[in-house]
Amino acid sequence: MAPGAAGTAVSLAAAVRAGDLSATEVLEAHLASIEEREGEVHAFNLVVTEQARARASQIDDAVSAGNDPGPLAGVPVALKDNMCTRGIPTTCSSRILEGWHPPYDATVVTRLAEAGAVVVGKTNLDEFAMGSSTENSAFGPTRNPADPTRVPGGSSGGSAAAVAAGFVPIALGSDTGGSIRQPAALCGVVGAKPTYGAVSRYGLVAFASSLDQIGPFARTVADAAAVLDVISGHDPADSTSIPQDALDLASHLDAGVEGLRIGVVTELMGDGIAPDVRARVGEAADALERAGASVDEASVPAVTYGLSAYYLIAPAEASSNLARYDGVRYGLRADGATTGEMMEATRTAGFGDEVKRRIMLGTYALSAGYYDAYYGKALKVRTLIIADFAAAYDSHDLLLSPTSPTTAFALGDKVDDPLLMYMNDVCTIPSNLSGQPAISVPFGTGSDGLPVGVQVLAPALGETVMFRAAAVIEDAAP
Amino acid sequence: MSRSGGDGTGLVVSGSTGDAWELVIGLEVHCELATATKLFCACPNRFGDEPNTNVCPVCLGLPGSLPVLNKAAVELALRIGRALGCTVRPGVFARKNYFYPDMPKDYQISQYDQPTNVDGWLGLPDGSRVGIERAHIEEDTGKNTHAGDTGRIHGSDYSLIDYNRAGVPLVEIVGRPDIATGDQAKAFVSELRKILLATGASDAKMEEGSLRVDANVSVRRPGAGLGTRCEIKNLNSLRSLGRAIDHEARRQIELIEAGDRVTQQTRHWDEEGGCTRPGRSKEEAEDYRYFQEPDLVPLAPSAEWVKDIDEALPTLPAKRRSALGAAAGMADTHAGVVIAVDRDLDALGLAAIQAGGDPARVLTHIEHNLAVEGADALEPEKLADLVKLELEGKLTATQAKVVLAEMVATGTAPAEIAAARGFEAMATSALEATVDEVIGSEQAEWDELVRAPEDDKRIKKLNGFFTGKIMKASRGQADGKAVNALLVQRRSAARVERGLD
Amino acid sequence: MAERITRDDVAHVAKLARLRLDGAELDTFTAQLANVLGHAEDIAALDIDDVAPTAHPLPLKNVLRADVVGRTLDRDEVLAEAPDAESCQFRVPPILGEEP
Ligand SMILES: [Zn+2]
Repeated sequence: MAPGAAGTAVSLAAAVRAGDLSATEVLEAHLASIEEREGEVHAFNLVVTEQARARASQIDDAVSAGNDPGPLAGVPVALKDNMCTRGIPTTCSSRILEGWHPPYDATVVTRLAEAGAVVVGKTNLDEFAMGSSTENSAFGPTRNPADPTRVPGGSSGGSAAAVAAGFVPIALGSDTGGSIRQPAALCGVVGAKPTYGAVSRYGLVAFASSLDQIGPFARTVADAAAVLDVISGHDPADSTSIPQDALDLASHLDAGVEGLRIGVVTELMGDGIAPDVRARVGEAADALERAGASVDEASVPAVTYGLSAYYLIAPAEASSNLARYDGVRYGLRADGATTGEMMEATRTAGFGDEVKRRIMLGTYALSAGYYDAYYGKALKVRTLIIADFAAAYDSHDLLLSPTSPTTAFALGDKVDDPLLMYMNDVCTIPSNLSGQPAISVPFGTGSDGLPVGVQVLAPALGETVMFRAAAVIEDAAP
Repeated sequence: MSRSGGDGTGLVVSGSTGDAWELVIGLEVHCELATATKLFCACPNRFGDEPNTNVCPVCLGLPGSLPVLNKAAVELALRIGRALGCTVRPGVFARKNYFYPDMPKDYQISQYDQPTNVDGWLGLPDGSRVGIERAHIEEDTGKNTHAGDTGRIHGSDYSLIDYNRAGVPLVEIVGRPDIATGDQAKAFVSELRKILLATGASDAKMEEGSLRVDANVSVRRPGAGLGTRCEIKNLNSLRSLGRAIDHEARRQIELIEAGDRVTQQTRHWDEEGGCTRPGRSKEEAEDYRYFQEPDLVPLAPSAEWVKDIDEALPTLPAKRRSALGAAAGMADTHAGVVIAVDRDLDALGLAAIQAGGDPARVLTHIEHNLAVEGADALEPEKLADLVKLELEGKLTATQAKVVLAEMVATGTAPAEIAAARGFEAMATSALEATVDEVIGSEQAEWDELVRAPEDDKRIKKLNGFFTGKIMKASRGQADGKAVNALLVQRRSAARVERGLD
Repeated sequence: MAERITRDDVAHVAKLARLRLDGAELDTFTAQLANVLGHAEDIAALDIDDVAPTAHPLPLKNVLRADVVGRTLDRDEVLAEAPDAESCQFRVPPILGEEP
C-alpha cells in the first residue's frame, strides 16, 4: 500500500488538519491502491477521480488559508451506491436507474462534505440493497478482499470490500436487515447500524423504510465512531429523524466496560451458527469479562421469529417503495403501446430476479385476503421482539452475539436458494425490527482462516456504551 | 319522471309505471387546501403556473426523498373537521398503492383506517342534516393531458404530465348517504363551499378543480334495502351535480323496471350529452394494499390545538342564519335570511334590526338593493334610520332606494340625503290636489277611463297614463301606491255619479 | 393460516406489481416464494391475536413543517432525466384505464 494510505481516518484527518499531509497526497495514495486491486475486487460502481481531486485540492487550499476543513479533513470516503449524490449517477446497482443523475445530495453526503471528507466513489451493492452477498448486482459481483473466491457479504458488500482492501479508510453503507454488519463481519472490518432515526435517511434510496439505517464501515472502532459523530443528529427533512444532537462517541471510546452487564444471546448461539463462529463469540465474551464486565447468558426468545417477520415486512415496504420505478420520470424506459404496458415492460427489463421476488412477496403479503395472515402477523411479532429485548435489557446493558452464522461463503453457493441466503441475516435482523443499534467488530478468524465478526447489541440510543464495548473487543482481538 | 311535490322525502315517480322510488345519495368532496406550500414539501401550492415548475425531489417522488407534513395543512384540515362538527382523533397516514403515471410514487399518501376527522354533520339551509363520515387528509395527483390527433381519451396518441399539482394538500370529505334529491345535493355542496370559504380552508372553486365532487347514487323502492350504487365523477358545477343525479336516478330506475340490474361502476357525467357514461374499465381489480406510511409518524393533535382551532373558527353560516332569523322573528330558512348570510350582510342586517329597523324592510333592502360593492361598510344605524323614514311615510320605496344607493356611496345619513334631494313623501291633501288637477286637464282620457268596463284592457293603459302625468306633476315625490289608490277611488266615485255602477 | 402461494397467486401478484413473467419464471418464483412463505408458517402459527402491531420502531408523533415556500428544482434539469418529454411535460404512451 502506498505511503499515507495506511492510516486510520482519525489519524489522516489529524495529519491533514495539522498540515503534515495534504489531502491530495492522501487521495492519490488511495487512488493508487484502487488502481492496483479494484479490477479484482470490483468494490465500486463508479470512481469519481476528478471530482475527488478537485475536492482534495479545495481541502488543501482551506488548510493553507488557515481554515479548518472539519473532523474528517481530507479523508477519502466511499458511498454505497444507494445514496443520492448531486449530478453523480446513483444506480442502486440496478438497470432501472442506469443513467440517473440525482438533482440533490443525501443529508449524509452533505454532512460528510461539511466535515471535510472526500468522496472517491459509489460502491457496489445487491440491487436495491436486497441480498446478503452482493451477487445480486446488475453490474457483477464484488469479491471478498480476504479471499476473492468468496463473497464479501451484502448488501453493502462494495463498501465493506473497499474498506477491507484499503481503497478507503471509511465508507457508508445502509443496513435494513444486516446489510452493514454482515459484510463487515465477512470482510473483517467494523460496521455499525445506529439506532433507527439517529442518522437521516433523506437521500437514501429506500428499501424498507421502517428498517433502513445508514451507518459506517471502518477498519477501527474509533474511525466508525468518528463517522457516526459526523453523520448523526436531527434532520428536518426526515420525519423519522430523532430530534436530538449528533452522537458524541469518540470522546467516550476509552471508558471501558468495567461494571457493565453483558448477556450473550442464547437464541443466537444455537446449532444454526458455525462452531468456530460460536467459539470466537465466546472468546470475545471472555475478553469483556477480563476487562471488568459481568457476562452471562440472556434469552430473547422472539428473535427466533425475526427472520420470518423480516421477510414479510421488508418486502411489503419494498413492494411499495419500488413502485415509482415505472419509466415515466427518470431512469430506464422500455417500449410499450400503452402506459400500462410501458410500465410493465420497464419493470420487467429493469429489475433483477431477487428484486422481483421480493416485490412479489411483499405485494402478496399486503394483498387483500393475506394481509392479516402475513403482514399483520409480522407486525405483531415485531412487538414481541421489542418486548423481549426490553426484558433482556432490564438486566443487561448490552447483548452479544455472532454477526453472521458463518464466515464468507463461496460466490455462487447460495444464489439459487433464496431462503438459504436469507438465513445469513438471522443474527442481524432483530436489531432492525426493534430499531436498536448494533455493531460488528472483527474478532479473529474461522477454521477457514476467514474473518469472524462479533456483534454487540444495545438498547435504543445506547451507542455510547455499545462503542465502548466494541473498543474493548477490538483491543482483545487475536 | 316527475318529482313529488315538496314533501322532502325525495320520492320520485317513474314515468312508465307510476311506481315510487327513493334516491339514496352520498357525496365525496375533495377540496384543495389554501396553503402556501404542498402537503409534504416546500413547493408552492399554486394553480395555473407553467408546467413542472413547482416540483422538487419529494413531490416528484425521486428516489431517496422523504415527506414532511405541512402544519398549515393540518391546521386547515382541523378547521374543516371542527366546522363540520367532527371529532378529532389521532390520525395515521397510509399508502394507497396503485400504478398511475400522474402519481409520482405510484402510491398516494392518504389517511385510511385512522382519519383525523370523524363523525360530523352538515346542516342545510332547509333545516335537514347530512352526516359526515370522515374528513381526511391526502395528497393530490399531477395532471394528465391527453394529446394527439383526436384529442379524445380513447383515441389519444400519448399523454403529457404536469406534476405541479402532485402533492397539493387535499381534504376528502366523505358524506353519509343521507341525501335524497339532486337539489339537496346541490345545497350540501353549496353550504360546504360556504364553510370552506368562511374558514379560509380552501378557495373551493369547482371550475378550477379546487373543489371536486363525486356522487354515489342508488335507487330503491320505499322501505327496501339499499340498491347498487354508481359513482358519478366529472361534476364540474352545481348545475352538473343536480342534472347528473337526476339523470343517473332515471337511468337506474329504467334499468330496474326493465328487469335489468344496476352494475356497480364509476360513471362520468357528460355535460354536453346530458347523461352519465360508464368509465373506462380498470386494467385489474382494485387492491390498494394499504399499509401505514413508514416515512411519516402519527398525527395526534393535542386537545389545546383543537381548542385553539375551535376558538378561532368564524361563526358558520348555519349559526348566522339562526341568529338573524331569531332577531328578525323569521325562520332560518326564510329567503331573506338565507340571502343575507350568503351575501355576508347578516351582520349589517342584525345590527340594523337591533337598532330598531323593521326586519322585513331591512331584509328586503339587503335582498334587492344591497347586492353592490361597499354594502358591507354601511352603518347599520343609518340603514335602520332609512327604514324608519319609510315606515313613517317620509320616503317612498322608490326614494328610499335612491337614498340607499347614495348612503352606500357616500356614507351620508338618509335624512340628509333626502333633504338635499328634496325628497319628502307628499302629504295626502297635496297629492289629492295634484290628482284632481291632472284629471281636470286631461278630460277626454278621464272620460274614457271612467266609462271603460272593468275588464277592459284600456284601464291598465289609461291608469299608467294618469300615473305618469301625476308623478311628473309632483316631480317624483308622489308615492306610486298612493296615486293608484286615489285614481281608483276617483274613478269609482265618477262611475257612481254617472249611474254606471 | 392461508394456504401456500399458488402459481395463479404469483401471476396475479406479478400483474399487480407490473411485472411480466414467462411460464418458466412463474414456476421458479412460485416454488421459491412458497419456500419462503413456508418458513413464515412459524409466525403464522403463533397465537398472538391480543398483541398490538408495531408498524414503526419510533415513538415520535406530530412531526410538522412550517408552511414556508422553499427551493424548487430547475425544470430543465428535471426534464433532462425524463425518458421522454414534450412541451415541458413528461410524455407517456396513451393511458388506458382510469385513475381510481
Ligand atoms: Zn415539491
